[in-house]
Amino acid sequence: MIALLRRDLALAVRAGGGFGLALVFFLIVVTLVPFAVGPGQVQLAAIAPGILWLGALLACLLSLDRILALDYEDGALELIATAPLPLEAVAAVKALAHWLTTGLPLVLVAPVLGILLNLPGPGYLWVVVSLAIGTPALSAIGTFGAALTVGLKRGGLLLSLIVLPLYVPTLIFGAEVARRGALGQPLETPLMLLAGITLASVALLPFASAAALRVNLR
Amino acid sequence: MSDHSLRPVSSLWEFANPVRFMALSGKILPFVWVACVACLGVGLVWGFFFTPDDYRQGSTVKIIYLHVPSALMAINAWFMMLVASLIWLIRRHHVSALAARAAAPVGATMTVIALFTGAVWGQPMWGTWWEWDPRLTSFLVLFLFYLGYLALWAAIEDADTAADLTSVLCIVGSVFAVLSRYAVVFWNQGLHQGATFSMDKEENISNVFWYPAVLSMLGFGLLFVALVLVGTRTEIRLRRTRALMARASAE
Repeated sequence: MIALLRRDLALAVRAGGGFGLALVFFLIVVTLVPFAVGPGQVQLAAIAPGILWLGALLACLLSLDRILALDYEDGALELIATAPLPLEAVAAVKALAHWLTTGLPLVLVAPVLGILLNLPGPGYLWVVVSLAIGTPALSAIGTFGAALTVGLKRGGLLLSLIVLPLYVPTLIFGAEVARRGALGQPLETPLMLLAGITLASVALLPFASAAALRVNLR
Repeated sequence: MSDHSLRPVSSLWEFANPVRFMALSGKILPFVWVACVACLGVGLVWGFFFTPDDYRQGSTVKIIYLHVPSALMAINAWFMMLVASLIWLIRRHHVSALAARAAAPVGATMTVIALFTGAVWGQPMWGTWWEWDPRLTSFLVLFLFYLGYLALWAAIEDADTAADLTSVLCIVGSVFAVLSRYAVVFWNQGLHQGATFSMDKEENISNVFWYPAVLSMLGFGLLFVALVLVGTRTEIRLRRTRALMARASAE
């Protein structure tokens, strides 16, 4: 498991792995928003938590097909599947590697981008906390979507179509935590619900991903 | 093949045999259609032309005879797909997978009808075509789930792979659809009235509206059954044709 994790991390960080693309995408989304809605500080502050969440979610989405597609193309996935490691563990490790190379950097860069959007003071902490809690769910759900579409030639758009509705609850609770945090309102309920979704996704979805992988590798 | 279908039916699962299914569905389909047309015809005509206008909502209330049944079927169609997917994954009956596939476009259409009639109704009632109300939003999300499911079916060439993957998606999607429903309620408390109908007809609605509404709900239910049966039969025939063509080209 650890060897697989190391391998995935190394492949992602090395040239051609696409590491950092998600961050650049996040930056571009956040840069474009003021052009679209106007530079008013009050207006930007009101939508900043939501934009940060949406940008992180889209950046996550764009990097999903990297999770499995390359391994599937060069045949590595079949070798990994024949290894003694159960496919459920493979799916969990893939999700973890995706989170470490995409989710975690997005969490770390979010407060910096918050400055651009005039995020209110208490919001920084809660944007980071909500993203840190929520992005593992995005990775787990995304791995499931990638496992469903891995055998397809033009799976990219289909992957988004399948995964985006599944992201709805995570986005709602995550953005709600960030929004309430920025306004200084009580946020225990959405925070706990967000954590619940993440824990359930991380615990259960690897089984669904493994089932889909088994079908696709048949 | 023929003496197979002569054996008396000993269990419900025997209808998973395509021959049995075709024979039975072929027999009941005309009755379902007749009952469906009768219920829809009587229910809708009665509802549209022979019920009084509501004292508060005027004649706009009559769209309820389309809105409520289609919304009901939109949810039940997904539920039926979930059951059919489970049966396919557990017992590997092809008819079940094909029925789930046949139900999806019908369910998606019902969702669109519910959203559209809701918008038409909402405009005079709430003064807006669209509002990010929990019920409306959940239906929109449900529609997105239908689209993803249909797209996955369409994208995969191998029939059994497609059936497996869409079944897994249907099960995971059901969990997330329910989650989204509660998340959306949490996110925004809305304008939409509570459910007007319940099986024990209570005080919300008078008998004048109740009977045609029940008839049209029954009609929509039968319409769904009929369309799913037709869709499943078409799929079975398509598969047979393909098998025959493959055999012919092999010879």
